[in-house]
Amino acid sequence: MSDVTPGGDQGSALTPPEGAATFEVVEVKKGMFGVQGSGDTSGYGGLVTPVAMPAASPRPYGSWFDQVVDVLAEVLADGARVGGPTYDQAVEKVVVDLHGAESPDARQVELTLHVAREHLVAVCQALRDDQDLRFELSLGVSGVHYPHDAGKELHAVYHLTSVTHSRRLRLEVAAPDADPHIPSTTSVYPANDWHERETFDFFGIVFDGHPALTRIEMPDDWVGHPQRKDYPLGGIPVEYKGATVPPPDTRRSY
Amino acid sequence: MSAPTAAPHATRPAGNEDMSSTVRAFEAYGDGDWDDIAREAIGEERIVVNMGPQHPSTHGVLRLMLEIDGETVTEARAGIGYLHTGIEKNMEFRTWTQGTTFCTRMDYVAPLFQEAAYCLAVEKLLGITDDVPERANVIRVLMMELNRIASHLVCLGTGGNEMGATTVMTIGFTAREEILRLFEAVTGLRMNHAYIRPGGVAVDTPEGFTTQAREALKKVRGYLKQLGDLMLANPIFKARLTNVGVLNLSGCMALAITGPVLRSTGLPYDVRKDNPYCGYETYDFDVPTSKGADCYDRVVLRVEECYQSLKIVEQALERLDRTEGEPVMVADKKIAWPAQLAVGGDGQGNSLEHIKKIMGTSMEALIHHFKLVTEGFRVPVGQAWQTVEHPRGELGVHVVSDGGTRPYRAHFRDPSFNNLQATSVMCEGGQVADVVVAVASLDPVLGGVDR
Amino acid sequence: MGVEEAPSGFLLTTIEDLAGYLRKASVWPVTFGLACCAIEMMAAGASRFDLSRFGMEVFRASPRQADLMIVAGRVSQKMAPVVRQVYDQMSEPKWVLSMGVCASSGGMFNNYAIVQGVDHVVPVDIYLPGCPPRPEMLINAILGLHDHIQNAPLGVNRIEAARAAEAAAMEATPTFEMKGLLR
Repeated sequence: MSDVTPGGDQGSALTPPEGAATFEVVEVKKGMFGVQGSGDTSGYGGLVTPVAMPAASPRPYGSWFDQVVDVLAEVLADGARVGGPTYDQAVEKVVVDLHGAESPDARQVELTLHVAREHLVAVCQALRDDQDLRFELSLGVSGVHYPHDAGKELHAVYHLTSVTHSRRLRLEVAAPDADPHIPSTTSVYPANDWHERETFDFFGIVFDGHPALTRIEMPDDWVGHPQRKDYPLGGIPVEYKGATVPPPDTRRSY
Repeated sequence: MSAPTAAPHATRPAGNEDMSSTVRAFEAYGDGDWDDIAREAIGEERIVVNMGPQHPSTHGVLRLMLEIDGETVTEARAGIGYLHTGIEKNMEFRTWTQGTTFCTRMDYVAPLFQEAAYCLAVEKLLGITDDVPERANVIRVLMMELNRIASHLVCLGTGGNEMGATTVMTIGFTAREEILRLFEAVTGLRMNHAYIRPGGVAVDTPEGFTTQAREALKKVRGYLKQLGDLMLANPIFKARLTNVGVLNLSGCMALAITGPVLRSTGLPYDVRKDNPYCGYETYDFDVPTSKGADCYDRVVLRVEECYQSLKIVEQALERLDRTEGEPVMVADKKIAWPAQLAVGGDGQGNSLEHIKKIMGTSMEALIHHFKLVTEGFRVPVGQAWQTVEHPRGELGVHVVSDGGTRPYRAHFRDPSFNNLQATSVMCEGGQVADVVVAVASLDPVLGGVDR
Repeated sequence: MGVEEAPSGFLLTTIEDLAGYLRKASVWPVTFGLACCAIEMMAAGASRFDLSRFGMEVFRASPRQADLMIVAGRVSQKMAPVVRQVYDQMSEPKWVLSMGVCASSGGMFNNYAIVQGVDHVVPVDIYLPGCPPRPEMLINAILGLHDHIQNAPLGVNRIEAARAAEAAAMEATPTFEMKGLLR
């Protein structure tokens, strides 16, 4: 899906979030309403809209982001001397989301580091332990399933907070469907215990090294991982007085 | 595991001196049922008590599996999922505005916080964080702080009830009724309001609301004082709560426990001060902390937080008076929820002025109304994270958009879900009765835990 | 005492009235609050909406001592066996009040995780819609249930009433074949 050249061609009129120079296409939707610029107002098939998540932001990132990235690179470089990953091996992409702000100092701006899954624990250790980073709180793991993003379908998103420096950071890790393994961060952040169990329960991501990876929300003998996009919502049609209302996932969508 | 025909017996594995002396580990083998082997080999019975999902004292459908040695709990596990509703997946099939109606039902004791966090995250994605009108932010702060008081009253009330003090519950719920009357006046509902929408709030406060609110606040203050008098100096209360469920600062940080439990260790971490939203940086309030990190300190802290919330509410009411008549929804008509609700002839519905406008005068308003209600607005591609200071801790919302009219993924980091991980740490080594008290001080609401 | 020797006619009617009155005057609910409706149920038991004027403020934790199971809240797939077990542990006479739309029909949660109506799991005597229903609505439903309890037939009359109800249900048109009702 990444053969679409970035930057606004073929009527890709999705306005890039400011700060992101190029696109990385995750999915291409066909036959949907709401595509502008292609001239087709019929609303039927033939409409094509690429869905592209913001790609790497250029340096300088602004605000405290550069400092954090530099310190992380330093700490990882130190660790690389004893076998750990370097910054370039560990961090695949850095994205700064401005969310409509004019400058990177605004409160709604967010920093995301896309980390290679094999080096996740090293990065987490560096982020937690170094005194200039000190991201002590890990506010959970959120799984996302991108079924069309071949090779990187299952994402696990970690949100870290530094109480000392009053900062927020997002780590995103991807794993393919064929090999849905991500190393567990419970050795660094014990708080992720139940969150990883929940992500396993709902997405099927196996966290290697987790002390007790079992289902937590669904019954223990449930088959399937409900929040994946290929798992149906599971509703039933509602019949009432001669009319039938279909379940939400089979209704027409816009 | 069979030494053939060996009589069951157990040996302590050699070289295990690094394990703490409280962990007893044995190696046992023999023929037959595991229960027989364990009993004969170890020589003592394991008693596992299930405080099942239906229990008057577990604060909701929480299953606690306790291994007991006499009256002491040696192992405690929490089993959750009995209220799992699939709300996050449901939200992927509804529009962005309908998402509010769903997420509000997660933590049903403090619904406005989920709404606020979700709408703030969606506004981040839309890029309109700075365009939300001031009056809308003031109303959001007002409603959230009232909800904080109501939620703490439920916590204290049900906590008291679980320990057998029913009067605490009746006073708490009576005080909460005053606040629910205010909610009903503004949003139309006592609970699960779906009032805060992306872009602002659904409808402005009614006439005379600030007067009504000030009257109600006086009564709430009176009830809070009654609660304080009833609980805080009571020797039985103190005996049951002091030195129970202690979780120090490193424990809290390791388990990412936030909220009153963290503040009872002495760390004044509050998202409203640390990363303010909705204009909280302009309000004057303190963040109460304690030193003891036990259940009694958390109760004192929650009562103190109620008083601080009352302070904020009074400031918000002044600002409401000052911003009378200003809009409560963002100016962009392609996002702003169009209808102003009013009490119509059948007891509910849109205001007649709005209907006259869209049917009679403005074509654009009709189109906007139609498109917003049927299709919903489109949110640009990207992801956003927003945290708010929920009464139970830090509520985080992770929202991912694929450019469409529906959330691609909405994940809620519920504070109760995270805080329940501390059950084992707080309960093991204590008595069975302390389990109830410790869980009550964590204040889990299982709707948020299971979502 | 077999059915043939049981009271009938005038004597049975008097007993029915008396037993109905005694039963409805102190229905003890079992603590079965699940979700948001549980908070409204607690509010109904608190002092503003006071359930104790109906003799119902004692929410018994033990199902053996309870008469009424108010299923207050959404019933998830994991919780359904527990609902059934608690219902089975209750002793006769027992009634079920399904409080809220989630318990009555699955509510707004038409998905994999929620049982679409607790009547898939336990027999329900009275349904109460609302999301959540106000405490006054709950009291209205409880009073309706009290009427039902007061008028419940006993003994021979009960067997006859059950047979009549079954026959009527067999004759009745299924809901989805009723046409023209939306007009």
